[in-house]
Amino acid sequence: MSLEKPYADVPGTTIFDADQARKGYHLNQFCMSLMSAENRTRFKANERAYVDEWPMSEEQKEALLARDYNRLIELGGNIYFLAKVFSTDGLSYLQAVSTMTGMSVEQYRNMMIEGGRSIEGNRYVGEKQ
Amino acid sequence: MARITAGVTTSHVPAIGATIDHGRTAEPYWAPMFAGYEFSKRWMTEHMPDVVILVYNDHASAFSLDIVPTFAIGCAESFPPADEGWGPRPVPVVQGHPALAAHIAQSVTQQDFDLTFVYKMSVDHGLTVPLSLLFGQASAWPCRVIPLAVNVVLYPPPSGRRCYALGKAIRRAVETFDEDLDVQVWGTGGMSHQLQGPRAGLINSPWDNAFIDRLIDDPDGLAQVPHIEYVREAGSEGIELVMWLIMRGALAEKVTTTHRFYHVAASNTAVGHLILENSK
Repeated sequence: MSLEKPYADVPGTTIFDADQARKGYHLNQFCMSLMSAENRTRFKANERAYVDEWPMSEEQKEALLARDYNRLIELGGNIYFLAKVFSTDGLSYLQAVSTMTGMSVEQYRNMMIEGGRSIEGNRYVGEKQ
Repeated sequence: MARITAGVTTSHVPAIGATIDHGRTAEPYWAPMFAGYEFSKRWMTEHMPDVVILVYNDHASAFSLDIVPTFAIGCAESFPPADEGWGPRPVPVVQGHPALAAHIAQSVTQQDFDLTFVYKMSVDHGLTVPLSLLFGQASAWPCRVIPLAVNVVLYPPPSGRRCYALGKAIRRAVETFDEDLDVQVWGTGGMSHQLQGPRAGLINSPWDNAFIDRLIDDPDGLAQVPHIEYVREAGSEGIELVMWLIMRGALAEKVTTTHRFYHVAASNTAVGHLILENSK
């Protein structure tokens, strides 16, 4: 029997559950390595060489190099782990998170100042916007 | 004997910490949010506890994917601030209370909560941002802190019901500690926010405010709310709010609201903040 996932019908959302954690183990542990200044320097000097030290899938490596956060989440990454990557890039949560929404940083920041994304139309997949 | 004197809840957004650290709290974007903590900082100086049991979640700082404890209590002498990818926050080292932590760890485990005992741990923004919000910029934190880390990162977190019951177990543990100590329990995280995917930026103010109402007056009912409601209504990261129920469980059945504040938004997140005291 597979895991029960009552959250599968929440739109635009990937829940970091035990299945995702299993898929993303090496990706997330790579992220943890960037908590040391020395590793951040090595990563920045040659990103491809650094990610090749980790037993990640080629898809995960390419998504990392492209900073494709939606893809990284899909491939088992978790935002709090991925935060080590965008912090290394000097980006805030808001700046990094906005890249997953199809909005510019400015548009996204303004949406948050005006009260955030509305829950209406965002509870279930297929709901009318 | 030790006693629980009050409960505090607050969001723990990392950008709040960065704003305090860089002296930018008076900027127009931030000033209205920090204004909501002015009363609390004054109140705290007049009601300074000896120890804060600080319920928070680690954000992949002390705990990687190697080990993910559901509930972990910090039993160490001290806890340094973590390097989360941009260097450690310039905040004081947190001083623990190993004797009270050991007593709570033993007592609540004997009440069927299987805590993980942690004797070496760094603490990230989840723990240090609440301290900065309530104590400001300090050369040393004015009280001792026992970190209580809850897994809300790897789904499923503990249920609201379990968190609420843990709070009650912590109250019983504190009240049987021989030393004469004033203890506060802080629940942190939330409120509505989602940090991933196309739905990122979700805020649900009506749900947040109803959550606060029920936390104050109907915690038994609130504790029954299933995870899926948190995820759907308050966002994938809004599920952190189960931690507020640990604080509430540690207080009496009837509480008085000393302070209540709600603000949208800090970075990606709705900020909620409460000071609750046991009704006389």
